[in-house]
Amino acid sequence: MTHTVRLFARGRELAGADAVPVELPAGATVADLRRALAERYPALAGLLAASAVAVNHDFAEDADVIAPADELAVIPPVSGG
Amino acid sequence: MARLTRDPIDHQALTEAVRSPRCGAVVLFLGTVRDLTGEFVTAYLDYEAYEPMAERKLAEIEAEVTRRWPAATVAMVHRLGRLAPGEVSVAVAVASPHRAEAFDAARYAVDALKELVPIWKRENAPDGTGDWVHQSAKPIPGGTGLPACAAGAQAGRPVPPKPDPDRGTRA
Repeated sequence: MTHTVRLFARGRELAGADAVPVELPAGATVADLRRALAERYPALAGLLAASAVAVNHDFAEDADVIAPADELAVIPPVSGG
Repeated sequence: MARLTRDPIDHQALTEAVRSPRCGAVVLFLGTVRDLTGEFVTAYLDYEAYEPMAERKLAEIEAEVTRRWPAATVAMVHRLGRLAPGEVSVAVAVASPHRAEAFDAARYAVDALKELVPIWKRENAPDGTGDWVHQSAKPIPGGTGLPACAAGAQAGRPVPPKPDPDRGTRA
C-alpha cells in the first residue's frame, strides 16, 4: 500500500517536497522503507543513510514492522539548540 | 508554557515557572544565535521542527530529568522560525533545593535536546547562501533511547550525551 513519508530540513529540499509517497508491501519493515525511499528518490539516498526513521513520533529500529496507519518520517541528524 | 514557539522566548517567565520556596537554586540556560562560526558569518538562522515529535521528545527529556533528579523542576522551550544573531533559540530552566543538581540537570537537559529532539537549523550567510546543519553523519543508534547516562536500564543501545561542536549558537 502507499505510505506517506514526511521530510524535513535538507531532506525536504532534496526531494522538493515536505512529504513523499512510497509503496510498501504489507508487513514491510523500516529497513524496507529505507530501501524503497532510496530507490524511488535517489537524491535522498545519501542523507537517508545518515538519518533516523521515526514511526509515530518516536525513533524506530530497522527491524520494526510498519502498520498501515503509521506516521512515517525521515529524521536527518538534528541541530537544535 | 508551550515547548515550541515562533515568538521570542520569555525566559523570565520560564524561570518563574520553575521557582519555588523549596528550591534554593535556579539555573537558566539560554542558547543564543552566534554571529560567527569559524569563518562563516551568520546573518540569520532558520529553525524547523517535526513538531509533534519534538514536543514529545522534549516532554520525555523533562520526565527523565525529574526521574534522575526527583527534587528538580525543569522547563524547556525551543524557538522556531527565523532568528537573528543575539536572539534566544532555546531556554532551559531548572530549579532544585541545591545548586549541584540544578547545574547537572540543566546540562543534561540541553545535551539531550541537542541529540534527540527533531529540530534543525539552517545557517544563512549575508549573501543569501547557506545550508542545513546535519553534522553528525551517522544514524541515531538504538532509536528510542534517551542518553545512556539517563536511560539506565531502559532498552536500547547506549547513546551517551556529548556536546557537539556547536555551529550557529552558543548552546
